[in-house]
This record gives sequence, structure tokens and C-alpha cells, in this order.
Amino acid sequence: MTVVQLTPASSAPRRQLGRIHVPNVTMAHGGGGKAMRDLIDDVFVAAFDNPALSTMEDQARFRLAELTAHGDRLAMTTDSYVIHPIRFPGGDIGKLAVCGTINDLAVGGARPLYLSCAVIIEEGLDVDTLREIAGSMARTAAAAGVSIVTGDTKVVDRGACDKLFINTTGIGVIREGIELGVGRVRPDDVIMVNGLLGDHGAAILNARGDMALSTPLESDCAALHGLIGTLLAAAPGTRFLRDATRGGIATVLNEIAEASQVGILIHEERTPLRDEVRGFCEILGLDPLYLANEGKIVCAVPPDQAEAALAAMRNHPLGRDSAIIGHATDGRPGRVVMHTVFGGRRIVDMLVGEQLPRIC
Amino acid sequence: MRYVDEFRDPEKARNLLKEITGLSARLQSGKARPLQIMEVCGGHTHAIFRYGIETMLPDEIELVHGPGCPVCVLPMGRVDDCVTLTEIPGLIFTTFGDAMRVPGSKKSLLQARSEGADVRMVYSPLDSLRIAQENPDREVVFFALGFETTMPSTAMTVLRAEAEGITNFSLFCNHITIIPTVKAILDSPELELDGFLGPGHVSMVIGNAPYDFIAGQYRKPIVVAGFEPLDILHALWMVLKQLDEGRSEVENQYARVVPKDGNPVALDAIGKVFELREFFEWRGLGSIDHSGVRMRRPYEKYDAETKFAIRSTRIADPKSCQCGEVLKGVIKPWECKVFGTACTPETPLGALMVSSEGACAAYYQFGDVEKIHARRAEVKAVEPMMARTRS
Repeated sequence: MTVVQLTPASSAPRRQLGRIHVPNVTMAHGGGGKAMRDLIDDVFVAAFDNPALSTMEDQARFRLAELTAHGDRLAMTTDSYVIHPIRFPGGDIGKLAVCGTINDLAVGGARPLYLSCAVIIEEGLDVDTLREIAGSMARTAAAAGVSIVTGDTKVVDRGACDKLFINTTGIGVIREGIELGVGRVRPDDVIMVNGLLGDHGAAILNARGDMALSTPLESDCAALHGLIGTLLAAAPGTRFLRDATRGGIATVLNEIAEASQVGILIHEERTPLRDEVRGFCEILGLDPLYLANEGKIVCAVPPDQAEAALAAMRNHPLGRDSAIIGHATDGRPGRVVMHTVFGGRRIVDMLVGEQLPRIC
Repeated sequence: MRYVDEFRDPEKARNLLKEITGLSARLQSGKARPLQIMEVCGGHTHAIFRYGIETMLPDEIELVHGPGCPVCVLPMGRVDDCVTLTEIPGLIFTTFGDAMRVPGSKKSLLQARSEGADVRMVYSPLDSLRIAQENPDREVVFFALGFETTMPSTAMTVLRAEAEGITNFSLFCNHITIIPTVKAILDSPELELDGFLGPGHVSMVIGNAPYDFIAGQYRKPIVVAGFEPLDILHALWMVLKQLDEGRSEVENQYARVVPKDGNPVALDAIGKVFELREFFEWRGLGSIDHSGVRMRRPYEKYDAETKFAIRSTRIADPKSCQCGEVLKGVIKPWECKVFGTACTPETPLGALMVSSEGACAAYYQFGDVEKIHARRAEVKAVEPMMARTRS
């Protein structure tokens, strides 16, 4: 994918960036004065390094002609990222914030172009950690071909937030002819996922260290627009895509069933799971269908394009373990039913509140 | 996954189901009602729904979901006591995850936390002890609940607290014991159970011998069962086999885990720390003699009830709830007047709607809702007739 070249708002020469010389963020870094300017320059402008940001205007500016060259509709999304711990196996809050927003654009069929980055920092966070997270955001964005073009920095009292919260807003462009929607799924459409489920949710729970379990689980955090581009090229009739984040694939399937008024039938034995995740869920009494993912999509494809879609996804590095897990039905509209590996069947309902480990 | 997939083999399940279908048809033949087998343990209830086992069984068998979810049988007054404890300034209250949502008369622990109480979810009582060590200037209370399954780890935590001289740690003890409860169910005049699936995890601690009275005095077969779906089908088949052969014995399907005489180390720790309470209240079942435990005198300093002078008040269950009848197997969850209407997992009125091990929550979340509605309509149609029969 080509990296989008931004047109700077003005041709003024780039400023000399400031430096901070203290190990931790203090309230002064949120005060609007020189300390704040130095923090922004040293950490964010240096890491994100693009002309639109470096001009330090209050907004990023885009030439409409450059946007319309990519398609006929703008897509915009925003999400806030709060996660404990902020570094986890397979990623960190910065990578998550960039990938999550890219994915929210991509599942609408949009090509992600620009991101904003607003941070809320807890007083006392060490500057090196902040630098590391900003670096991670920059690397992830560059690899995905998007630019972080504007942002905001706030510092709050110790205890008022947990280390670092990040909000990213994204803008992308949807190519003509792509029509995806949660209400567009029809009976017989094939339901697929692009790989092993629940890795992120299990890795995060494990990284909190409460369970003292030793597993090599890593988050699946990844930007999926490349995979989605491949899928849409192979199966242009794709009806619906959604990244299965909080609430897992069970929540996405219920959303499809309700909005499209179809039944969904899935098969437990075809649902791809890593043995470690299965074991993790067995120990804690959790259901992997509800575990969060950060690099997995659920898609609904017309039956005649399903094989092409599956082959295309499996050819992509982020879709090697793609699988057809079920299909939409015309019976029991609004319901998701799973044929269990054991030969029974059960309803897969929306989760009420968060999943809580069972007592025994 | 080794040692798990072997117990979920659909081919073996089909063979067992064939046997079960044949046996149950013969046993039920000519009788007005299906054979009723109660699974006492909430873990079994969860597995039955998780794998859709009920949907595979012939109509001649009805599973009755017993009182084995410790979260579900927690009386409302005890939840109120927890909330009172969380209001003590500086106190850290620790609990297992699924106890957080249990409704008290005013709020749940989850609501108390959202209002500022320091309520923390732990995975073991030892985590709670660690929190106490890390916060020596604060009191830490662990919400100890569960049957004999969780009792040993609580007892051992108390023993460790004493060995390490930790004084800012205590238990709010709500542990319960299974045997008096099964006896209370068996003594219920409305009951028509044909047999039992015995609880696997509890039996791992107490062994099989305590169930002898079920087979001897009450002439009901009981088979201690594991928690994998094949375990449950196998144990059901063993119960039917006993019925077919006119036997009532205590059998152990879960022998790979459950020793006949239980776990002496765990029993020793329980015996050191706990003694039976004269009576203990169960949600939906009322007070059952000697069904709960409290801490023995030498360990009183670790008893939050004494330490913080908790005076438990009895709060009556909501009138509309029929949890007690569901727990005893007298009615099915979907026959309750408020099931799925006023009482849902989002707004649980009754305890059985709280934990995923609760029969009502399991029916609501995993069950066949259309089937439930159809059965509900049938129940409504025959209700006047049933009322006449009961009176």
C-alpha cells in the first residue's frame, strides 16, 4: 500500500523541536506553557513526524481532490483506549489505539488515511514510557500507511486516570461500489472469521498477573485494512464486516442476527481457537466466544463468493487461519445458535455486563 | 487438547445416548411423568447448558437443576452484610467474580464499587491475603463462600495468615455444606426425584461415603459425576442402569479425580478452622440446620462477623420469586411467574438468575427460548387443573 503524502498547510520552515529534561510528566506539562510545548514536541511531533503536524496549526488540512481520488464517501470514526496494563504481550496501548481505529474504518470498506491522537496522561508517568508508546503509534501508523496529523495533550492529577488514556479519531475514504452494512445479511450467507479467536482477551487477563498462569499468549492486535482490501477484491459482494473487539464474536453475531433479522447457525468445532486459549477458558470458566480480539473480523459473504473469500483471506498473513464458522438462516430471526462439539445445540446470547470468572 | 477432547467425543456420546434412550423408554413406559434426575452441582448445570446436553436427551428424561450454585443460594441479607462491610472506611473487600452481581436488598457489590467502595475481584483467598500484606494499614475482608470445594483453600489461607502473623485480614464466612441440603430436598414432600448426579468437586474433598444415606435411607441412586459432557452422559446412564436393575447405590463415575474417602489434607484443614453453625439461611430454601459453617474460637480473630460486629438481618425473598421451587425441582425455571419478564440476567430478582451456574440464567442464556415459550403456553393452559390437583 502506498503511503499517503500529506500536503502541508503552509510552506513555512519546520520549527526547532523542544526537549524535556525531567524523567516524569508533571502537571506543568499540561499547563499550556513552555513545558507542555516541549512535551508535545519532544514526544509526539518527533515521533509522528509529518509536515501537517509539524506546522502546529490547530487543525490538519486536507486537499479535497486528494481525498476524492480514493473514493466517493468519507468515513470517520473515533475510539478511546483505556487498558490495564498499558504494555502487554503482543502490543501496547499505542499500537492498540492506532490499529483499533484503522480497523473501525476498514470494516466499513474505507481506506484509512489520517488519524488524530489525543492523550490524557496521569501525573507521574515516566517520559520514557510515553516516548515508547508514541514511537509504537508512529511505527504502527507508518506500517499501515496512515498519518497522525493532529492531536491533544492533557495531564490529570495522580489517580484521576490510569497512567495513560488515548483517543484516536480516523478519517478514511470508501471506494465507489462498496456497500457494507449490518442489516444487509441474507439467509444462506456464509459467516467467516480470519483466524484464532480470543487471543487478545486471554492475553490481557493473563498479563494482569492475577492468575499466576504461565502461558505464551499474545494479543492479536493488528491493522486489518490490508486483509480487508484483499477480501473485498476477491468477494466484492461481501455484505458485512466487523472487528470482533469487546464482547467477542458472540456479540457481533447477535448484532447481525438482530439487524438483518436472520438466524445465525455456527458450529463449535469449526470455530478456530488456540489450545492455550481453550485451556485458559476452561480454568476460569470463561466462554471464548465472548473474549475480546483486536485483529479479528467477522464477515458475511454471499454463498457463491465464499470459497473465493476464504482462499483470499488464507493467502494473507493476517488470515492464514481463516475459517467458515457457520451461515445465516431464515429460521429463528434474531437468534444465534451454536451446534456444540458434543452434538448438542445452545443459544449464544448477548453478554450481560462483563464476563466474570466462576467460583468453581 | 489432551484429557479434555477425549471427554467430548460425539461418537461416544451417540453410543451412550442410544443406551440412555433405550433404558429411559423402558423405565418410563406407562408412567405419567418423565424420569427426574437432579444434578446437585451448579458446575453440572453450567456444563449441561454449555454443551446443549438437554437438547440431546429423550423426552423421557427431565433434568432437575438443584441447589448447587453457591452464589445463587446466598441469602439477600448476607449480601447486605457485605455491602455494610464495604462501607467501613479504609476497608478493602475482596470477592470471587460471580458474587459481584448478586442482588442485595438495596444494591450488589458491583453497585457498591461503582459508588466508591473498594471492592476487588480475586481468584483465590490467597490473593486476598497478599492484598492484606501489601496494605498493612488497611483491613482486608475476603468474602468466603462456596461448598466443600472452596472451603479447604479458605481454611488454608486462615492457617497461613496465622502462621505469618497477619492481623489485618479476615473472612466473611458464608461457606455451606452439601449434605444437609440434599437431605432437606429429599425430605421435601413435593419432590418426585428418581436419582441424583453427585457433585464432582465437592466429592473430591469429602469422598463418596457421606452420600450413603441417599442410597440407603431414601433408596435413590446417586452417581458422582465429572464435568465434561461425556462424564455427565455416562453418569446419567449409570443412574438409569441402577434404576433398571432395581438398585440404589452410591457409584463413582469421576474416579479419576474423586477418592472414595476424600482428601485427608483438605478435610484436616476444614476441621481445624471451621465448625458447623446451628442453622444457616439459604435463598429460596429457608433455614437449613447445620448447613453452614463458622470459624472455630481459636480463629475468631479472622472472623469478620465478630471483628466488625456484623448483625445479620433476615431479608425475605421477593414474593414473586419462585427460586425455592425451582431449586427443589418442583417447577422448571420457565414456569416461574417472573422468568424472562421482571427477572432477567440484567435485572435479576431471584438469585438463580445471577450466576451462569444458576438454573434460570442458564436457561435464559443458553436455553432454547422458543421451546421455553411454547412450554410456558402449555403450562398456562394446564395451570387451573394443576392448582386443583395440588390443593
